[in-house]
Amino acid sequence: MIAANKPNKIARYGMSIDLDRCTGCGACMVACAVENNVPPAHEGATARKGITWIRVFKVDNGEEGPARRSVFVPVLCQQCGEDTPCVHVCPQQAVEVDPATGIVGQMPERCLGCRYCMAACPYHARFFNWWDPQWPAGMEKTLNPDVAPRMRGVVEKCNFCHGRWHAAKERAAAAGKSEIEAGAYVPACVESCPTGAIRFGDLKDAASEPAVAAKDAHSFRLLEKLGTEPKIYYHSKRDWVRQVAAAPKPPNGKENARG
Amino acid sequence: MDREFITRGVKRCSGGKFLLWILPWVAMLIFGLYSAGLCLVKGLNQTNMDNRFAFGLWIFLDLTVIALGAGAFFTGFLLYILKMKELRAVINSAVVIGVVCYSGAMCALAVDVGQPLRFWFTFWYPNVHSMLTEVTFCITCYLTVLMIEYLPIVLKNRKLRDVPEFLVFEHELHKLIYVLAGVGTFLSFFHQGSLGGLYGVLRGRPFAFREGLAIWPSTFFLFILSAAAVGPSFVLLTTWLVEKISKKRLVRPEAMQMLGRISGLLLAVYVLLKTIDTLVWINRTSPGNGFPAAQYYAWHPFGTWILFTEIALLGMVPALILLTPKLRARTGWLVSAAAMACCGVALNRFVQTVQTLAVPTLSFDKFMTYTPSWQEVGTFLAVLAYGVLVYSFSFRYFQLFPDERELKLEVAQVEEEPALVGRY
Repeated sequence: MIAANKPNKIARYGMSIDLDRCTGCGACMVACAVENNVPPAHEGATARKGITWIRVFKVDNGEEGPARRSVFVPVLCQQCGEDTPCVHVCPQQAVEVDPATGIVGQMPERCLGCRYCMAACPYHARFFNWWDPQWPAGMEKTLNPDVAPRMRGVVEKCNFCHGRWHAAKERAAAAGKSEIEAGAYVPACVESCPTGAIRFGDLKDAASEPAVAAKDAHSFRLLEKLGTEPKIYYHSKRDWVRQVAAAPKPPNGKENARG
Repeated sequence: MDREFITRGVKRCSGGKFLLWILPWVAMLIFGLYSAGLCLVKGLNQTNMDNRFAFGLWIFLDLTVIALGAGAFFTGFLLYILKMKELRAVINSAVVIGVVCYSGAMCALAVDVGQPLRFWFTFWYPNVHSMLTEVTFCITCYLTVLMIEYLPIVLKNRKLRDVPEFLVFEHELHKLIYVLAGVGTFLSFFHQGSLGGLYGVLRGRPFAFREGLAIWPSTFFLFILSAAAVGPSFVLLTTWLVEKISKKRLVRPEAMQMLGRISGLLLAVYVLLKTIDTLVWINRTSPGNGFPAAQYYAWHPFGTWILFTEIALLGMVPALILLTPKLRARTGWLVSAAAMACCGVALNRFVQTVQTLAVPTLSFDKFMTYTPSWQEVGTFLAVLAYGVLVYSFSFRYFQLFPDERELKLEVAQVEEEPALVGRY
């Protein structure tokens, strides 16, 4: 039995991604799409119109020849914790931060499809359903029953596999526990990563891997100066990789000749 | 056949000629409605917008027409609140422009959102922290006010005046005009500002983000000021265009010059504040967010030329022309300056909408460009055609320019005088 008067623990779920371990295999992208019922790309869709809650960017150090080095950077919703850019712009409260988990959630059923949240997101981590979702015949049997597919004309994004959080919560309740135990809830991308580059946990739990990574000198967050307090920590021992968190540089390092 | 609907004492072209004038606009409207219909039925995949260019031609169009349509509230404010009587000559025309601009923008927005049938959610689940909520509330209320202001113009139609109830209703509505002007001004100040605030609050987009006063970023105030500045310019420009097309004198030069002077004055203040705002942004706001401002202008084709064009060429230059009495007195200069001011504000809205989204924020992301699809252009043209048609019908059947009749008599007298001299 769950103690009725025991307050639920307030978590701050976060993630750490070790870029030195990421091989760019894309397993996280596939697992994410399968878990969250992201439909196959519609005929005529481009990379700019596709839905990829997690995208793996290939970034290089700008050198040529043998000095060239590359890194793969998985980018997903950074789950901003402060002044969450997408939350306060939505005109009809279709975006919210769950006070119990710190997860930024999207309610497609309430979304108007104005896309203001997409314009507000500095990480380009929000996606619009430009088409009605369609699955090839037979493939609809593979749909995850815990996640509702989204309709045309609404925005969606990573929610740390919210369906899994609900399932973990139910399992904990069935076992008579009021809290989810560490490790009992992990998003699909974390589970699928073959090199263990993506780690997940409660940032409030000092022993969790993201909390440990957050304190590491080689960790960084994307666009930290914006002050949005993302809960995704990237880690790399390579200096040039850590610099990818900074603002974009002008092409060739100089101003537009026509400017 | 429609003669009895045309205002007594003014001359309008024949029905056939009017039909010829509206025909291409009707064709454009049909094409536009087809384009918009495709977007509504098949979805926004018909557009070239994407996950990066979440806003495109339509939002740019909306922001621009709402700024240009500001002449309705600002002329009303100047006439009814500040008692600038000369502007009575253009107030009806300004109201029609307002109705056209605001209703056109609302129609474009209805196509632009992914779930238009959920428009009422904003009223049911309003997020009071969102600038878009403020915009939605104020624009809806203000469009209602504009419609009420438009109604007396319609009810003054020669044929409709035959119905006594309409006459009484029109008279009663007219008593409310001062209240409506006040309410309209309040609502307009807020939504013009909130439209600017839409971008200014984007903390995640350092190109657009601005510091400000309390909850309002500086763009909130700049949008109000720029809209108030170009509203009269657009009324002036439209009046001049209608005079040219209809080959009639519709307002006295004093009214046109007053519009120009007001526009010039406000534009000068706007340019000054915009310059200060830009300097603060370049030197403090943007670097504070980790983005040296020079980086934004490193991406082709958005060089610093765009900043110069917006502030100096299409801001300072028209302001100086409109503030110089000698230049203002010459129609060519007056109209050119008004057109430049309107283009300047359109460029500002373009920069806010398109450049903001084109410039990457992540270091490993790309600079992107966007070209609207024909369906987007078609919908844009539908709004344009709708505006021209509503204005054309209003000009033909309603009294948009109260001085027209007097001016016609004056012109007739001047033309008769040489003949009289010859006779006696």
